[in-house]
Amino acid sequence: MSDHHHKETFITKYVFSTDHKMISKQYLITGIFMGVIGVFMSMLFRLQIAWPDTSFSLIEAFLGSHQDGGVMSPDIYLAIVTIHGTIMVFFVLTAGLSGTFSNLLIPLQIGARDMASGFLNMISYWLFFLSSVIMVSSLFVEAGPASAGWTIYPPLSALPQAIPGSGLGMTLWLISMAIFIASSLMGALNYIVTVLNLRTVGMKMTRLPLTIWAFFVTAIIGVVSFPVLLSAALLLIFDRSFGTSFYLSDIFIQGEVLHYQGGSPVLFEHLFWFLGHPEVYIVILPAMGIVSEIIATNSRKPIFGYRAMIGSIIAIAFLSTVVWGHHMFVSGMNPFLGSVFTFTTLLIAIPSAVKAFNWITTLWKGNLQMNPGMLFSIGFVSTFISGGLTGLVLGDSALDINVHDTYFVVAHFHLVMGVSAIYGMFAGVYHWFPKMYGRMMNKALGYWHFWITAIAAYGVFFPMHFVGLAGLPRRYYANTAFPLFDDVADVNIVITLFAILGGAAQIIFLANFFISIYKGKKATQNPWKSNTLEWTTPVEHVHGNWPGEIPAVHRWPYDYSKPGMPEDFVSQITPLYEGEEES
Amino acid sequence: MTALLYILLAFIIGIAIWQIASIFNLKSVIATEKDNNTQGILFAAFGIFFYGLMIFTFWKYAVILLPESASVEGARIDKLYIVTMVLILFVQAITQFLLFYFAFKYRGIKGRKALFYADSHKLEMIWTIVPAVVLAGLVLYGLSVWNDVMDASDAENPLIIELYAKQFQWEARYAGGDNELGRGNVRNIKGINTMGVDMTDLNSLDDIPTRELHLPKGRQVIFKFRSQDVLHSAFMPHFRAQMNCVPGMVTQFSFTPSMTTEEMRANEKTIAKVEGINKIRAEKGEDPYEFDFLLLCNKICGASHYNMQMKIIVQEEAAFNSWLSTQKTIAEVIKEN
Repeated sequence: MSDHHHKETFITKYVFSTDHKMISKQYLITGIFMGVIGVFMSMLFRLQIAWPDTSFSLIEAFLGSHQDGGVMSPDIYLAIVTIHGTIMVFFVLTAGLSGTFSNLLIPLQIGARDMASGFLNMISYWLFFLSSVIMVSSLFVEAGPASAGWTIYPPLSALPQAIPGSGLGMTLWLISMAIFIASSLMGALNYIVTVLNLRTVGMKMTRLPLTIWAFFVTAIIGVVSFPVLLSAALLLIFDRSFGTSFYLSDIFIQGEVLHYQGGSPVLFEHLFWFLGHPEVYIVILPAMGIVSEIIATNSRKPIFGYRAMIGSIIAIAFLSTVVWGHHMFVSGMNPFLGSVFTFTTLLIAIPSAVKAFNWITTLWKGNLQMNPGMLFSIGFVSTFISGGLTGLVLGDSALDINVHDTYFVVAHFHLVMGVSAIYGMFAGVYHWFPKMYGRMMNKALGYWHFWITAIAAYGVFFPMHFVGLAGLPRRYYANTAFPLFDDVADVNIVITLFAILGGAAQIIFLANFFISIYKGKKATQNPWKSNTLEWTTPVEHVHGNWPGEIPAVHRWPYDYSKPGMPEDFVSQITPLYEGEEES
Repeated sequence: MTALLYILLAFIIGIAIWQIASIFNLKSVIATEKDNNTQGILFAAFGIFFYGLMIFTFWKYAVILLPESASVEGARIDKLYIVTMVLILFVQAITQFLLFYFAFKYRGIKGRKALFYADSHKLEMIWTIVPAVVLAGLVLYGLSVWNDVMDASDAENPLIIELYAKQFQWEARYAGGDNELGRGNVRNIKGINTMGVDMTDLNSLDDIPTRELHLPKGRQVIFKFRSQDVLHSAFMPHFRAQMNCVPGMVTQFSFTPSMTTEEMRANEKTIAKVEGINKIRAEKGEDPYEFDFLLLCNKICGASHYNMQMKIIVQEEAAFNSWLSTQKTIAEVIKEN
């Protein structure tokens, strides 16, 4: 880094910055902004689900021509559900989570001055920003934004005759996602190269914190699977705009036969889920890494089974690329494929179980420091188990038949990847806020934030399983068309009340976050008494991270409460004591 | 209800503002021993809330669940479901207990040192191998059910019915006397021939189009699904049956109805569920509801996706046959128009 003393202007420091720490903050702020939109949308459609015919001034105020007297239209309901899913999965939990913490922690925890290519990193962020702008602008299209579900299955997503959102709204969705994928690939390549090449002296792969392992493997899955979504999207653009028939065949709509022949929507489903399923792990692995690190630090104990944790990350990553068909058990594909995917899917439960048991064992006989990050990490383990277990129902093709696309699925994936990943993200923010802003977040607000969120999350998603088991399909604008579902109406009201509670709790977080940036108590260099390298850098950011030489690493990151040591933590840069054995 | 909502909101915002105000006079930002104690106890309390919520939902919402399966294949699925569910709840109960108990028990105390315990191959082997064995059993059991449900090749004298999906309506076509469906393609759609049946195919002539789905009890039914516009999914929850309807392709699912509509109405669980529903309907001043089997759309398909349904009537075979004989064949229908 020869240029880390050059003069910085406002633009190069805060806007087009190539410093990974600044880029990480940019990702976080953009992610939070998108998260606010995504959560707000869930509030809107939860109102509709609980009180389908009731007029709300909130809906009247926000939905303009898409509502009638405070009641939203069915088309916009589907659009809001679609955009909620897209924003939460990609913009918040992929870019917001992985983008923030990979950028912040990879150089800091491996002992590098910056990412391998700071320039590429900057481009990656700004492409993400651009794609966010396009996605948000699609909300203002006259016919409404994309509304075929976040999975955008054709033909619905290909034909504006089928649903108005498949016009300009869908075009913008596709453009936004194409740019998003480019951004995500640049980021991922950078992470991989950096982890492989820029580790400081002594930082062997087996001395990397689990965060880095998680980010590293996540980046590899991203590079393997995101291009497939890009190609799927390109073919869809061809079908929509240039008359090809990759996904479309034999369609009669609004009184006329369309020219498409020979394509198959099932092909799209395969391509989509070849990304779509690994995407779930792109979301959850970074959260797992963050949680592993925070649980170890705050338990004042080494993470239990470090090598098994790495092994399970790799196993999950590998398996994640061969299970996509479990989203397609009833798609009409050959039932034999269903058998294969059932097998691979249930296999993934093994490394997941290992991780869960290892986290619990890490707590055992620890000395738990209940910082807000720790609370969210324990919460993560709880929701990950609750949500993961119902995967045994959904991953089993025979059982999936009757719960496929019902609210049971919605409850399952929200717990296992939605709530869990968000918990991981919150844990990370509370834990590394001092590293990002040089100040501490408020503890009491953090506690309130956690407990209200935790109660609300289970209040929403426990009952939701039952709605699904009652047979109610997801993405229904209202369940009033079926007297059969009259008795789930009350449950839906309970769920919505908890959802509002949970949504409101995030205001506490937002206030805490933004006020703490300016008013938070000044951080000390190593507030959590952690072993990892990022806490050896000065509180005030310097370009290049360490003012002098990058320290060399002499031990793994989990020497907490090691017998014979003067304190209950030993930084990775501390050489082995005389007669000490490496753990 | 709305009032309650606003009160709840006001309460939360109140707490938020009150707490935010305290941010300025807070000295400690890292958990103290007192915090560890409080939060550890809160985790224990949360554990109790967690189990309470689980038990409450199981008790309170049992009545809204689907009644027992009305198909032979569905009964096997239900058994597999119960086995899986028992396993899930067992693991859930134990792991969550350990998690919350440890969070409570080992809450930090000043001066106590945590146990340096980094690894145990024995333990890790246990929780790799035990799940692997249990899952192997579950996979084998699951696959035997799956193969049984999906394989209709050994069906004896099955009834063949086409279910035809379009925005936002279902149609059905019975294979008629020859029990073979004629070809269909959207390019043949014309006037009353709304399913695009190819009338040059001799198998088509005796096919019977209907807008209501009647099924015979005890005879295996093979459904052939088509869609004319977007993806739909034919979901018949009471029979544990579902298959997507894909434009340009014919998909298949089969089951054997095991209960007539009348028998299902007399089922204990159905009665309880219907009573619950009618209580709610009476409060709203709506007509009482009578149970019927239903076919729903379960793949997002557009604005009226939420109201794409068809009534299913399961009858004794004799009654079914006499109903079918009163229906006109498609050749007759086209001729009449």
